Amino acid sequence: MIRLEGINKTFRVARRKSGFGRAVRALLSREHETIHALRDVSFTIEDGEMVGYIGPNGAGKSTTIKIMCGILTPDSGKCEINGRTPWRERIAHVRDIGVVFGQRSQLWWDVPVWDSFDLIRDIYKVDAREYKRNLDELVTLLDLAEILKTPTRNLSLGQRMRCELAASLLHNPKILFLDEPTIGLDAVSKLAVRQFIKKLNAEQGVTIILTTHDMQDIEALTQRILLIGKGRILLDGSLEELKKSSSQRKTIVFEYTGKDPALCEGMTSVEGREGRLVVSLEPSICSVSEAIAYISAQVEVIDISVSGISAEEMVAGLYREYHI
Amino acid sequence: MRLYMKYFSMHLQSQMQYKVSFFLTALGQFLVSFTALLGIWFMFMRFNTVEGFSFPQVLLCFATMLMAFSLAEFMGRGFDHFPRIISNGEFDRMLVRPRRVALQVLASQMEFSRLGRLVQAILVFCYAIPASGVNWTYDKIITLCLMVICGSIVFFCLFLIYAAISFFTIEGLEFMNIFTDGGREFGRYPFSVYGKEALRFLTYVIPLALFQYYPLLYILERKTSSFYMFMPLLALPFAIPAYAFWRFGLSRYKSTGS
Repeated sequence: MIRLEGINKTFRVARRKSGFGRAVRALLSREHETIHALRDVSFTIEDGEMVGYIGPNGAGKSTTIKIMCGILTPDSGKCEINGRTPWRERIAHVRDIGVVFGQRSQLWWDVPVWDSFDLIRDIYKVDAREYKRNLDELVTLLDLAEILKTPTRNLSLGQRMRCELAASLLHNPKILFLDEPTIGLDAVSKLAVRQFIKKLNAEQGVTIILTTHDMQDIEALTQRILLIGKGRILLDGSLEELKKSSSQRKTIVFEYTGKDPALCEGMTSVEGREGRLVVSLEPSICSVSEAIAYISAQVEVIDISVSGISAEEMVAGLYREYHI
Repeated sequence: MRLYMKYFSMHLQSQMQYKVSFFLTALGQFLVSFTALLGIWFMFMRFNTVEGFSFPQVLLCFATMLMAFSLAEFMGRGFDHFPRIISNGEFDRMLVRPRRVALQVLASQMEFSRLGRLVQAILVFCYAIPASGVNWTYDKIITLCLMVICGSIVFFCLFLIYAAISFFTIEGLEFMNIFTDGGREFGRYPFSVYGKEALRFLTYVIPLALFQYYPLLYILERKTSSFYMFMPLLALPFAIPAYAFWRFGLSRYKSTGS
């Protein structure tokens, strides 16, 4: 179980203005600026949960992750993960967690992936039999058999990410932190990675904390979302709840032949060109069936699609709402 | 230790991927310190002795320094790379591994091409040991070994301090090179040639003279007290403030993350 209570973290950052004169002055006396990276952050994550941790760049996501990994010490507040305080008992704590930083590799560039794994086994002192079992399982699940003997430098990004995932799971961690695991991956690799993460959580009960900017990741994977902005936790709830509360608006796309139709109250045109109309609909004023009836009375409709708002739009809406 | 050996073989394996580069760098390292050797030789073409030390005797000093330095550099190369390890975020990765951070930093870099210097130190020893006119008894052999071992520990501590400073700032680290590379370069000659003040500094503050100058006097029978023989051991407590400084830097890193 992960429990954070009232975590605060500030950084002092040397501020340097541009220009030669100021640079010289900065040598003598630095101006410091205090940045509140986290303010009173509290949340609890139960074992086996899968949580999406989202927020714009610079909101404090990675600071929180670093605190939970034991890399940083907060200024104040309590953090307890599986009964330990990460920064006090770093070595005992990190044995139980796995971390994937999507943008940084933990594999050795010039040696086969296999050897990197072997080193990780020694670092974590994983028992030989357990290691073999874990490795076999990961190799099957992530389809690594072909690439284990290839040096990392020759792997594609998607292959490398699969290896990274395997590398951080060799020691059977109870908690896995994923920092943008799908960044830069092609569609096929993304799906493979998502599927694996889902399976890992469902079948082995690994607690997963995922930060990402890819809303499809969130939609596909997480039941629960934590939204952070300017160092504060702004929302904590399930994706469905959030969607319901944020907006009921529907988007309807019509393809038709004939002259441009007129719109009724509750509809706003988002995009309209010859033969295609996209409207945003407020269902409390005009229901979906009314809207379809209204338009099809005027023109010959060829195709219709109706959709709720996407996670992407919802999050963009939330960012706007909270001015972050 | 087993883990260290594992890292060792991994590094060897990686570097052997680029064999030509490896041998050229090793050769380059060899040539660079070879010019230093030539410098000494030219000096002695004009003067027969420096402060009463003959050419082979100075070479003994030179080889001790070079060997101590290259051993320390080979082991502690990770500390030298430490500013980069911090700035590219690799250090965060080390902090999420269940092992001592210092060990991981140490093991993160090993450059086998640095051994070019070591080869040279050995060659110079091969010449200087018989040529120095020293009557090599057991105690003198022990003294020489102490000089090399303690010397590399002192250099190693200097690298550690260098790394610890980079917890605070990555700028202006060059000044540390005065003590590391500078120590090696100036240490070609017994430190007494630089005057009393320098000698005092190198005895009490940065204990380079403790393993270079004083025990050399013992080997050359200028001093007979066996106190001089064990002077290199006095340099070892230098490791305490060096490590304390490292721990201090580490705790600061964890609170600032920069």
